[in-house]
Amino acid sequence: MHERRHEGASAGGLRELLRLVIVGHVDHGKSTLVGRLLYETGSLPDGKVEAVQEMCKRRGMPFEWAFVTDAFQAERDQLVTIDVSHIRLKTERRDYLLLDAPGHREFLKNMVTGAAASDAALLLVDAGEGVREQSRRHGFLLSLLGVKQVVVVVNKMDLVGYDSARFAALEAEMRAYLASVGITPLHVVPISARVGVNLTTPPQEMSWYRGPSLLAALEALEPAPRLGDLPLRLPVQDIYKFDERRIIAGRVESGRLSVGDTLLFSPSNKSAKVRSIEAWHAQAPVREVQAGQSVGITLEEPLFIERGEMISHAEKPPVETNVFRARLFWLGHIPLKEGGRYTLKLHTAAVPVEVQEIERVIDPSDLSAAKAEEVERHAVAEVVLRTRSLLALDPFSENPRTGRFVLIEDYLPVAGGIISMEGYPDQREQVTVRSTNVIVVPHRVSHAVRETRAGHRGGVLWFTGLSGAGKSTLAMEVEQRLFAKGFNSYVLDGDNVRRGLNSNLGFSADDRAENIRRVGEVAALFADAGFICITAFISPYQSDRERARRAAEGKFHEIYVCASLAVCERRDPKGLYRRARAGEIKDFTGVSAPYEPPAEPELTVDTSSRGVEECVAEIMAYVERVFPLDRRAK
Amino acid sequence: MTHLEVLESQSIYIIREAFSRIGRLAMLWSLGKDSNVMVWLARKAFFGRVPFPVLHVDTGRKFPEMYAFRERYAKEWGLDLVVAKCPPLEEIDPTLPPAARAAARKTAGLKAAIAARGYQGIFAGIRRDEEATRAKERVFSPRGEGSRWDFRDQPPEFWDQFMTAVRPGMHLRIHPLLHWSELDVWRYVKAQGIPVVDLYFARDGTRYRSLGDQDITHPIASDAATIDEIIAELEHTRIAERAGRAMDHEAEDAFERLRADGYM
Repeated sequence: MHERRHEGASAGGLRELLRLVIVGHVDHGKSTLVGRLLYETGSLPDGKVEAVQEMCKRRGMPFEWAFVTDAFQAERDQLVTIDVSHIRLKTERRDYLLLDAPGHREFLKNMVTGAAASDAALLLVDAGEGVREQSRRHGFLLSLLGVKQVVVVVNKMDLVGYDSARFAALEAEMRAYLASVGITPLHVVPISARVGVNLTTPPQEMSWYRGPSLLAALEALEPAPRLGDLPLRLPVQDIYKFDERRIIAGRVESGRLSVGDTLLFSPSNKSAKVRSIEAWHAQAPVREVQAGQSVGITLEEPLFIERGEMISHAEKPPVETNVFRARLFWLGHIPLKEGGRYTLKLHTAAVPVEVQEIERVIDPSDLSAAKAEEVERHAVAEVVLRTRSLLALDPFSENPRTGRFVLIEDYLPVAGGIISMEGYPDQREQVTVRSTNVIVVPHRVSHAVRETRAGHRGGVLWFTGLSGAGKSTLAMEVEQRLFAKGFNSYVLDGDNVRRGLNSNLGFSADDRAENIRRVGEVAALFADAGFICITAFISPYQSDRERARRAAEGKFHEIYVCASLAVCERRDPKGLYRRARAGEIKDFTGVSAPYEPPAEPELTVDTSSRGVEECVAEIMAYVERVFPLDRRAK
Repeated sequence: MTHLEVLESQSIYIIREAFSRIGRLAMLWSLGKDSNVMVWLARKAFFGRVPFPVLHVDTGRKFPEMYAFRERYAKEWGLDLVVAKCPPLEEIDPTLPPAARAAARKTAGLKAAIAARGYQGIFAGIRRDEEATRAKERVFSPRGEGSRWDFRDQPPEFWDQFMTAVRPGMHLRIHPLLHWSELDVWRYVKAQGIPVVDLYFARDGTRYRSLGDQDITHPIASDAATIDEIIAELEHTRIAERAGRAMDHEAEDAFERLRADGYM
């Protein structure tokens, strides 16, 4: 065995560090490769090889490279890596931190632990055994964990006689699979870790191979970029009041921040200027900080803010929402369920969260997706999560640091996920009061006087349901009957409102939310004026309806006009479903956008099983019960 | 950001996370280079002060230079110093090899301090590159009854979402230096001007590379008498850092057993 050593670069401490995780199916040779690489690059301390020889002799077995990193007695006795190990390797270009991840299915949580902290990954495939379950699962998880640089290593080429056809077949299979999860491997490298072929020098055994040796492929990797060029995101970690200073502490996850900047805090929507950037034992006063730095700042005016708020600049704020889509991997022993409640940890925020829907569970072996009630341990799923309070976050595609989260159950992390806002609106517009010099002027006509003259209280009957469920039909019928009985009644209907008040709005998620916000406010004014205001809008999002409920303060009655999608599609009174199915209408509720049924409506009328007359009677009975009419009025 | 700035920022984040989430905390201060760096990082995190006690688990067998260092810097840095005594050797598991048995006194002293003072979190300055079982540690590592480390079933830890809460009766070990190397520590000591015990510097051809109890810690042959010379030496060495710590080498799993039982 020859020996090679590398000197530290002369610019002490400035050598680059690249974190590299080794993943792949159990027994495909990850730990062996790590041990061998350490040896080949001269990174092992003196005596380590001898110590491993001794361990192997005691067990009466041939030399085992994996023992270099398998530190636990149990790992050596069972010849399996249990937990991820962190080992340093030095080459001419830089230092590496190798994370030797377990390949056994049972230890997937430990693989995730290693891979999530890596700049790049080596995905090992056994040339003999071929692509196996964990080869695919690990590849899929790399894409979820945001590890973009992947080198595929086809190991144990010695066992297939260094056959180029076998290699070509495996290369094609892995490239096709990884492409389907959004990964393009930088190289596919054939090696034999045990024999030491094509690790650091071109392989004589495989003259057909034109690509780089494994070491050359590693040296071409780049550290994950810092996120200094993205918009500023600084989650508040803590507030310190050790002395007269009130210091906001946190780590800049992306972007930059300077003294004098005006900052926006979300979701509280407060804002203030940076007075100072605090530092202890700094050579010079700090005026600017950037992504990656743990900092402390003080503000020009004292604000009451808490851990979990997100600091940004006003021009590029994070999304505010209490509902979002996520793709997650489940590590819990008990399956994830619809309606399940967990703790969501998202940057420094931690809040209760409920699984509103499991949209689909994805099988990593062929990426097929299916609807399911539960998500089993180690599965990947797409879900909708809902919190009670607003969160500040970003879609993962726009900011990997603030677009990912962990779920906690019974103290333990049980899932990691990445966020998509597809189909859900940013709620910032709805919760922001823009004009600040607003003073409420009291009316001189009291509610009591209005009620006495009208003979009934005002209120909102909020009809919600799929397109074609019968909202408008029922609303118009109820309006007429109430009017005939002496009630002041008025319908706000979707299409009607869009011709005037909301003629400037389209059908994007944001515009739909604004449409509903305005209708909620107008309905509340009608109710305040003493009317029974009936609204007929699909209003698919629970958060929008909750906001309308808050606007009408105690006068809000949610009526779920319920009919199955199949029934509505059969009725299709406006021909919209047909057009949506044909792809002519984007984001159509029930077809290509979600409908969230009310959790606790005041009344549900089922229009698939009952006729119009029956439904109207049901609603009238409800209204007359909750809005008793005094016929002596006027 | 330089490599050292990246390490420093990550350590500060970890220390602040623990301070924000965990009620009763203490930071182990063994007086070695690593724990001096850790205390220094706490001062950076909290703008000059350490807002929790520093705990010296004292076997009574440390070098005189270490005790002098402790008295001086506890005062100079305004530390809330707690000294925990260790039980006599006779009370320690006699089946352990001799050096490991001596080292286990430290575990017993630590456990007694945790029980007496109700600590929920203990900062320890261990590093992954020191030793193979430490290479598998988590940053926030839960410990069960009697400080047991269940290394066969550690919780996942990713995206810096640390396990900051545990069941009653358990506590957390927090490892802010886990991602540092021995060279990183010395380069940071130099860059920041952090004081260290003189025993690290060579006198008469030997120096201590790692400091423990007098009777089970051995010096290495070295002429490195300054920090720069130590850094130069480490850039070329092929000797493991803990080669001079007798308890690591008595049996294949000696250190694993120590750590599973609550050793740092």
